[in-house]
Amino acid sequence: MKRLKPINQKAGRIEAYLEHEAAKSRGDLDVVGLRTPPHEQDGPHYPLGCSLQFSPGWEVDNRGGTAGLCQPVERDIFDCHISCFWPAHVPDQLNHAPDWTGQCASAQKDWRKLDLIFP
Amino acid sequence: MTPPVVTGTSDTKDARNVFALRDFHPFEAFGARFLYMVPSAGIFRMDECGRAILDALEAGPRHQDDLVEKLNDRFAVDRVLETIEELTEIRAIGGPDAPKDEAPNDLPPADFPLNTMVLNVTNKCNLACTYCYEYGEDKIVDTQYGNQPKFMSEDTAEESVEFLLKQSGGQPRAHLTFFGGETLLNFPVLQKTVAYARRRAAEEAKTITFSLTTNATLLKPEIIRWLADNDVGVTVSIDGPKPVQDGLRVFHNGRGTYDVVLPKIKELIATHRSRPIGARVTLTQKNLNVLEIYRHLTDELGFREVGLAPVTTQEHRDYAITPDSKDAMLQQFEELADEWLEHALRDEHHGFTNVTDTIEEIHKGVSKAYGCGAGLGLLGVATDGDVSLCHRFAGSPEHTIGTVADGVDREKQEQFLVDHHIAEKTDCHTCWARPICSGGCYHEAHVQYGDSSHANLHYCTWVRSWTHTCLEIYGALAEKNPKFLERYDA
Repeated sequence: MKRLKPINQKAGRIEAYLEHEAAKSRGDLDVVGLRTPPHEQDGPHYPLGCSLQFSPGWEVDNRGGTAGLCQPVERDIFDCHISCFWPAHVPDQLNHAPDWTGQCASAQKDWRKLDLIFP
Repeated sequence: MTPPVVTGTSDTKDARNVFALRDFHPFEAFGARFLYMVPSAGIFRMDECGRAILDALEAGPRHQDDLVEKLNDRFAVDRVLETIEELTEIRAIGGPDAPKDEAPNDLPPADFPLNTMVLNVTNKCNLACTYCYEYGEDKIVDTQYGNQPKFMSEDTAEESVEFLLKQSGGQPRAHLTFFGGETLLNFPVLQKTVAYARRRAAEEAKTITFSLTTNATLLKPEIIRWLADNDVGVTVSIDGPKPVQDGLRVFHNGRGTYDVVLPKIKELIATHRSRPIGARVTLTQKNLNVLEIYRHLTDELGFREVGLAPVTTQEHRDYAITPDSKDAMLQQFEELADEWLEHALRDEHHGFTNVTDTIEEIHKGVSKAYGCGAGLGLLGVATDGDVSLCHRFAGSPEHTIGTVADGVDREKQEQFLVDHHIAEKTDCHTCWARPICSGGCYHEAHVQYGDSSHANLHYCTWVRSWTHTCLEIYGALAEKNPKFLERYDA
């Protein structure tokens, strides 16, 4: 904001929101992690994951966000490809993409290193 | 709907670039102009160009090109356009037909944590102040002959503590306030409850803090010592110098209380150093010398903080404050507020808490859906364990929403939250002060209109004037001592 000056805390939040919206319209937003707090995410926050009702505890916390989960939300990826009973949308690490997670020792830190897989 | 008159536009001009003023409240401090945005409660400082644009729009909607043309002898075109864009973004200006901004009509989540619980440890009092909302002519519960026990039992108090710890959910802190009647009439239960609450909170890995309100008549050295040792915050109900106090706050035989409370208060203030001791003054038609009362309580008695509130009563009572007197009262509030500002500009403490509390809300930019936390983050408990909206409704069946033993009736609570939401208070929807006031006190509404969900319309002018004064103070601090405001950051 160049011409008006935000004075109180709420005005500061309005300014941050406007800057975010401007960056979005310019198309220069960075990729955000799934654990990015809802107010920093682009648009409304929807819980991610496929089986909201049957596997509570890692898709969404008791407030509908991801801040209070028992483990990082990025863990979804591994829950899907290792242990999920449902054929999940993750690479088949047994046959076609054995090294898919090779660069990703810790999903929480290294999720950007997960490669795209072209079947 | 009649289309707005647009000054100086022609048919060829783009209607989207026509601007009108939207919902905000302007105020000034040290020559700077600020906008208090409604309903967001954000505060923005205007530069010269911003001021000029808003002034130009005072007369009615205008096209962007006309604004540029009108202002181009003072400001560069780019600057005018940028300012128009920013004013549009914060919604200070916009299309003449754009719908009004309203805060979302959302209910709080069902598991909203309880933060404060007020225990009415007794509904008995050793004083007989005529204006009292609990015993006086406007009482809503029969405190004398009703079914409620006179004293809260130790069991009920312990159940209340359990209720508070459970309902505080994931919050690490909870607060317990003891109230009455005269709180110290039930000192034994109070002592046991503090010890119990402290032990149980530690077991739950929570911190619990305590406070109480008292008329000070029953303070004794050992009680004062206990309050200090247990870090219990104390607020003393007191109305002013001797003639005022003795005229209003009297024992049942009519004797005044000033001489009784004076030495006790002095000892309390001298001994209890861990928490600031506050005075709570009820203003009536019979004690309206705000400045004299404030000076007496701070300079002569040594209170660190003084909060003053007009009596809650129906308008025909002889102690009800008349409209003229309300103006005089506000004038004195403003005088004290100026003094508060002078202190704040020098980074000094001033004990007029009415300003401190409002400044904190302005700084944070609160935009309330409810006038206060009653029925949500704050609940009152009657002597028998009934849970009500707040301490002022304790024991009133109409305002009871559960018991400490069985929990809150969530359906009843939800209905209360629906009925009392600012969205339902249509009278408030055109008022710029609604982010802070949100319709006012439920108890005040109940006494005045017989309906707790009614907006406090009898205070509108007063609330707007007072909020404007506090906004000016806030603006002055933002201009001259912004560092002072950082203390409200948390």
